[in-house]
Order: sequence, then C-alpha cells, then structure tokens
Amino acid sequence: MASQSPLAIEASGLVKSFGETRAVDGVDLAVGAGSIYGVLGPNGAGKTTTIRVLATLLRPDAGSARVLGHDVVSEPERVREVVSLTGQLASVDEDLTGHENLVLLGLLLGLRRKAAKKRSAELLDAFGLAEAAGKLVKHYSGGMRRRLDIAASIVVTPQLMFLDEPTTGLDPRSRNQVWEIIRTLVAGGTTILLCTQYLEEADQLTDRIAVIDRGTVIAEGTPAELKASVGSGALHVRLLDPDQRPAAADVFERALGAVHLEPDPAGLSAPCADAERAAEAVAELGRAGVRVGGFSLGQPSLDEVFLALTGHPAEDQDDDGATTVLREEQAT
Amino acid sequence: MSTETTQAAPARRTTGARGEAAALRNALASTPRPPRASAMQSLLAFGWRGMLKVKHVPEQLLDVTITPVMFVLMFTYLFGGAIAGSTGEYLDYILPGVLVMSVLFTTVYSGIALNTDLTKGVVDRFRSLPVWRPAPLVGALLGDSVRYLVAGTVIVALGLALGFRPDAGLGGVLAAMALVTVFAFGLSWVFTTLGLLLRSPNAVMNAGFMGIFPLTFLSNVFVEPQTLPAALKAFVDVNPISILSTASRGLMHGGAEATDIVIVLATAATLTAIFAPLTTRLYRRG
Repeated sequence: MASQSPLAIEASGLVKSFGETRAVDGVDLAVGAGSIYGVLGPNGAGKTTTIRVLATLLRPDAGSARVLGHDVVSEPERVREVVSLTGQLASVDEDLTGHENLVLLGLLLGLRRKAAKKRSAELLDAFGLAEAAGKLVKHYSGGMRRRLDIAASIVVTPQLMFLDEPTTGLDPRSRNQVWEIIRTLVAGGTTILLCTQYLEEADQLTDRIAVIDRGTVIAEGTPAELKASVGSGALHVRLLDPDQRPAAADVFERALGAVHLEPDPAGLSAPCADAERAAEAVAELGRAGVRVGGFSLGQPSLDEVFLALTGHPAEDQDDDGATTVLREEQAT
Repeated sequence: MSTETTQAAPARRTTGARGEAAALRNALASTPRPPRASAMQSLLAFGWRGMLKVKHVPEQLLDVTITPVMFVLMFTYLFGGAIAGSTGEYLDYILPGVLVMSVLFTTVYSGIALNTDLTKGVVDRFRSLPVWRPAPLVGALLGDSVRYLVAGTVIVALGLALGFRPDAGLGGVLAAMALVTVFAFGLSWVFTTLGLLLRSPNAVMNAGFMGIFPLTFLSNVFVEPQTLPAALKAFVDVNPISILSTASRGLMHGGAEATDIVIVLATAATLTAIFAPLTTRLYRRG
C-alpha cells in the first residue's frame, strides 16, 4: 500500500463538475517523484480544480487518483499527511503576524510549542522575512506574502507540494525569488506540481508539462518537446501605424512562412527561432515601407501555444469552467 | 509601509542572497516529521489563534461592547425612572439582560470570522492539514468563548461602577456568565452555518444582526412583558433569550428557577446538535 510506485501522482479520467459545468473533464496525469511537473493553461482551464481534487479538498465525480501511493478518495487522511498546498489566494491569516502564522501551522502539524517557534524563526530567516516576523501579514507586500505562504507549506517538509500560480501578480524580482525557492525545494527531494499561466515559468522550472484546456490535457511532454511542437520562438513586432498591418502580414508570410495577428491592432508575430532570420524579416519590413515601433524575439506566448495546439486562442475566463457556453456548443 | 520593506530588501539581497539560499537548504533539511497532532493539541492551537485575533483586531470586540454600553447608559438614565420607578432599581433589572445581549451579539462574529477565512483561502490551508476535522471550528468557538467572557466582564464592570449590586454576589455573577457563555456557544453554531452558506462577511453580518437584533428586543431584556399586547407577550415569554435573561437575573440576584436553567441548557444542546454537524458537513464540502 505504501509508496513503492515511482510515480508521485497517478491520475486517470478525473472528472469534476459544478452544476452543469465540467471544470475537469477526464484529466490523466503521471508525475514522477522528485520532479517539478507543470500544469499549464489559461484561467478557467481546470488547473485549480485538478489541484483541489489531488489535495483532497474536492471529491472527484469520476476517475481515480493516487498521490504518493494513497488514494485521494479512500485515504484522504494519508494524502494530507504527505502533501501541502499553496493555493492561488495566499492562504495565510492576515490578522496574525508572519511568525504567529508559522507557529500555528507548526502546532497543527504536531510540533511542540518550543519546536514550532524555533522552526518558524528558521523559516522566516531562510525566506528573508526575519525583519517582518512581528508584523501583521495584512501589511506585507505581495511578494512577502507569497514567500510566507510557501514557508507555511514547508513547516514540516512535505513529500509533495502543490503550488497554484505562485508568481501571478508578482513583480519580476519577487518572481525570481519564488523561482529560486522552488528550485531549492526540488533539489531537497520534494516533488512539486506547479500550475501556471506562463509558458516561461513552466519552461524555467519544470521537467515535464501538461497543457490543459477546458478540463482536459491536450498536450504533454518536456518543455523542449512542447516548444518544438509549436515552434521554439517567435518574432513580435509592434507597428507605429496599425493601418500598415496587412502589409506587414504579407512580409511575414513571405519571410517567415506564417503570421499571427495579436489582439493589439498594431501587433503581429510569427514563429521564428533564428535571430538572423528575424533580423532579415525586420529589415524586409523597412524595405516595404512599414514603420516599426519595436520588435522582440522571444518564446512563444501561452496564446501562441494554444493557437498551435487547439486552433483557438487561450481565452481568459474568470472562474474554473466558465466556458460552459462554448463547451456546450462544441458538445452538441 | 510595504513599499518601504520592498525598497529596503535589495541592499540586503546582494549581500545575503547566497546566505539565504544556504539557510533555505538547511531549513529544508532539518525537519523530521513529528507525530500527528492530537485532537486536543489542534483544538488548543485553533483556540490560540482566536485569542490572537482578539489581540490584533480589538475593533471587533469594541463593536460588540460599545452598543451594549450605550444601551445600559441610555436605558438606565433615560427610561429607568419611568419604567422601574428609579434608575438604581432599573439597573438591577437591565444589567443581566444587557449581559445576555452583548454576549449574543458577539456570537455573530463567529460566523463573520469563518466566512472571512473562507473568502481569504485560509480554510483551504486548514482543510489540507492532517488534523482532526472539526478542530478548526470547535477550536475557533473555544477561542470565541474567551471573547464572550471579555464582553461580559466589561458589562458587569460598567454595571458595578454605576451602582449595580447583585444580591447573590460574585458567585452568582460568575454562574450567570457561565450560563450565558454556554448558550452563546450553542447559538454561535447557527452563525457558523450562515458563515459557510453566505457569500461575504458583510452578508453574514447583515443576516446575523437582522436575526439577533429583533429577537433580543422582543424579549424581557429591557422591559417586563406584563404590559405588552397578548400575542407579543406570548412570544416574549417563550423566547429563549427571555428565559436566559430571567435565569441570569435569578443567578445574579438569587432565586433562579431550575426549570429556566434546564431550558437554557437544553436549547443550547439542541442548537449544537443541529447546527454543529451541519457546519462540519458544509466545512468539509468546502
């Protein structure tokens, strides 16, 4: 019964509906122990619901899942003993100080008061929060709150950690700090399931990625495989005059073989991995009389990944499964 | 205040980043998993959390004590003479009733606090911990009981300062406070249920006070019911808040009816029996 399985998470055919909406619609996952596994998708794709099912906060309507060898439905208590969850909302108590939050969790996890205090001080130190230890969390910045939240998840080191969009809304510096923490955690042997909306984040951190859309996994593989399947990079151009976009699109079609019109009426992009070809394409725009405001060569955005994988852009929904109408239309 | 800290951090980071990474690795290496917390340990931890909130958010306690203090002062000096013949006599009548009122008002905050936890995501954290399932709820209510005692003490102290003299002495006052606290514990389950059903802390506050306010006024907290119209008097007589007030008066001044105390305890037990499992079920469902 114990964890002989080399897989930290095995889920098959998970389904979870809210009323008419199937937020999770047959998700399969196989996450190796000791790795960082990314679940990539737009808001409302079913990422959070999947995590909540795996963390035993929701019962699946169908399908099964084992976390570190324990069934999430029949042995939820065993699962809770080895996982921790860092939710999308920083789930720390705003009316308590950072230190009190960590001591509280230490006590709840079975530490004696003295050990809990010591552990809290140790973590606050390690997460650069020692100076804010006695401050109420409601006065913390977003980045500090996030770090405290992660610290709260490792008061007792979990074997598996669920991280739901840990850097959404953070400034770049705080984001890098959180990434560093995640890397150190994995180096220490913890398995991490990371939900994110950012391809770059998944690329930076994860060993494998599942791309999820409307409650199902639509692609799975290493970041390299995934990027190869959608083109490994993209040239983005912003025009000074949106009216010149058709002309620019023609140039892109000729020079790079494809074009993607961005939501911004002055923006367009095309898959392109090679800096020289990109420079050539930009020069070509100039020769065609198209005035360029700016350009960049970067990884494909989530939107482009989605376009490549599904043929539709990653529309942003506010809530898990809010695409009911769309999905129902497709189902019929 | 937060900008100040973010600005202060970079200087530290350039020198301390490497040290922090090492500290982080150490922090991760040094945790053998302790044995699971017992039900009692987790209850105490959640109770401690409740007390910390009293310390850090004293406004909540003020809210629920200022209204009763105002009522004591207004009713005693404005209506006391007219209602009971003298302000002193009326104070002896009204004070046990206002004690009941102030503590019962406080119970609404149990529901508000739980709803706040739910909307802020704290509940997710607690639900993913390997602790005795009802511990977050029961522990919070135990912490709240301390709040009831504080609210009660404020009222009694005010009364004593104004000339309230309980015939049954300190023992009677403590017995009355204990009875009110037990009843409040039962009643607060109603508000925790509301707290899990309604959408926002404000909705819980509005619904809670909309219920508790008329119930408190349609009781014998402020006036003897003899002069009331028959239908209203019938309601006031069976209102558990009237019975609780009568029992508290009896305990403070001597001559409490055993029947009243039994009815109060039975009501508290019934409320707990219905609403505690309901709250637990809703909490588990999340």
